[in-house]
Amino acid sequence: MDRLLFGDNQFFGVNHMSEEKARAQAMRFQDIKAVIEVLDNAMDEGVKSFMCTTHDRIALVCDHMRANPQRYENFEFMPCMPYAHKYANAVTEDGMLGTLKRFMPDEGFLNAAVRGGMSLARKDIEGVTTLLIDAEMKMFAGLKTPVIFLQNVVVDLLLGMGFNEAFRIFADHVKTRHNAEPGFITMNMPMLLDVLEKLGIDNPIVCSNINKIGFRMCGGFDAYEKALREKKFRAIAMSVFASGAIPPEEAIEWICQQPNIEAIVFGASSRGNIRNTAGLVNRFWAKH
Amino acid sequence: MIRIAVVGLGKMGLSHHAMINAHPRVKVAAVCDATGYVLDVLNKYTGVRTCTDFDAMLAEVPLDAIIIATPSSMHTKMVNAALAKGLHVFCEKPFCLDTAEGEAATRTATEKGLVNQVGYHYRFVGAFQEVKRLLDAKAIGEVTHILAEAYGPVVLRPKGSSWRTQRAQGGGCLYDYAAHPLNLVNWYFGEPTTVGGTVLNKIFSAETDDEVFGTLFYQDGKSAQISVNWSDESYRKMSTKITIWGTAGRITADRQECQVYLRDTATPPAGYQPGWNSRYTTDLTEPVWFYLRGEEYSAQLDYFVRCIEEKRAHDNVNSFASALATDKVISMMIADAERGPAPTSAVAPVVRAAPRKWWQALLGR
Repeated sequence: MDRLLFGDNQFFGVNHMSEEKARAQAMRFQDIKAVIEVLDNAMDEGVKSFMCTTHDRIALVCDHMRANPQRYENFEFMPCMPYAHKYANAVTEDGMLGTLKRFMPDEGFLNAAVRGGMSLARKDIEGVTTLLIDAEMKMFAGLKTPVIFLQNVVVDLLLGMGFNEAFRIFADHVKTRHNAEPGFITMNMPMLLDVLEKLGIDNPIVCSNINKIGFRMCGGFDAYEKALREKKFRAIAMSVFASGAIPPEEAIEWICQQPNIEAIVFGASSRGNIRNTAGLVNRFWAKH
Repeated sequence: MIRIAVVGLGKMGLSHHAMINAHPRVKVAAVCDATGYVLDVLNKYTGVRTCTDFDAMLAEVPLDAIIIATPSSMHTKMVNAALAKGLHVFCEKPFCLDTAEGEAATRTATEKGLVNQVGYHYRFVGAFQEVKRLLDAKAIGEVTHILAEAYGPVVLRPKGSSWRTQRAQGGGCLYDYAAHPLNLVNWYFGEPTTVGGTVLNKIFSAETDDEVFGTLFYQDGKSAQISVNWSDESYRKMSTKITIWGTAGRITADRQECQVYLRDTATPPAGYQPGWNSRYTTDLTEPVWFYLRGEEYSAQLDYFVRCIEEKRAHDNVNSFASALATDKVISMMIADAERGPAPTSAVAPVVRAAPRKWWQALLGR
């Protein structure tokens, strides 16, 4: 895995500090060309792995990459699914089962109907889950997706309820059907690691907030430090700048001192910021 | 260990279940829902005890407390049954659609000394708590007006049917969305004496409102305006914003940040200065034991648990009594909207003649 992964919050009006800033970004990136331009900048700075939500608009990025195979030969997507707001808003309109029906894939109708219908009838989530994964992966057909992540809202909902079997189903399906490594995004890293260990999911890829001020590191800063020192997993750090609360140099210097961190995911909207972050990582990571 | 049951497994119920189940000092003794399907899946994969009959669950399962997240029209009956059993109650908002029933339930909870809380989670958001601290410290002098807004993308087309799309069930923009800013306004200003100019409009819904506007009036001359729309796709998710004007400055707050402008006449609280000040969620938020969808959701449940442990049944945040105050404002707004626009609309407006311009005088017009 690359050391630096490019995130997508900035493209979709997600900003944990300011709604004004989020809106300005949503406006700037409403033309998909603006998104692609920033991705091109990232690539030219050597950042070529894109951790992105399975938002409808990412499909447009995928189309562009498929149309220019040479330019994007080395580009990799790391899809993060599902885009939860799409489902949450649908639940209000259609209720739980209605929502499931709405998002069932339309291609391979017979297969979907059998897998989904049987699975719904047997109260077996495996069929429905794998169908939803396949539906979300449709937009990436023909592109490289070496890691597929389960988004934190879903991971943490399942984790809280103790719905652990779902993690195994996700991991198995991603490996066998999509030939990818499963990844898990969480806000409760120490707790998730214990569960994945019990399930026998070995050396999992786990992405969580890891930053110097302990922002959104649930379970506590000490538990995170301990997990990084003692647990066998492939850690990806997100929110290393704690939404801008830590100056870039200080944030990167600190994260590079932590043990067992395989990659950092960051978002940026300008080539200058991408270059600065990449430069800081090269400078500090090399020392450790 | 506190033994809790979660009733109603919709969006809120499932998320409450996940958070409270992860709480180190709580045991989820049962979950209850009318539809067997979700229950059967949960039971099969997590082993949690499940019930479809609420009364049977109360009779059979030993419990200390209950979380009620059913459609609002069912709250009163369930809250009363739980209180009668001597259970501490956390109930989703809005509390009761009938304020007389809400008053009775509030009295029962108080008499029995049971912890009672309603899920107005914005009171656990750091930025909105900071606003309360600033107002209590009179940071912006004498407050004159508050504007409370909430927008988001819930009902975006004339389709769909669930309890949330029906006013009679407690669905709609007023009960679902506007209740939150109204609750914050009540927290900051107290209860209004009257409401006026209420508009409850349908945009896409057939059986309930999609946009809510209105003015709240207070005894001391303060006023508040409410502007809420849940059919606004330009927002990615629900977004609530409070703006407060005072003689010595202005406060603007949303979930992420609290911006304060203080005039030279203000006495800035510790850490503030004249002119612009910003406080971000990163400084204002206390860590929680488990994060699902915002610290405030976890924090309110942890607070409920601590109130039970510390036997603090009186004067807690988001008590039934304070939620009832919000229910009353909601009822006033419904009555006001039903009455229609105030009679001044029928009076011919006074038209003052504009002063003649110099060129009109010159031309003799």
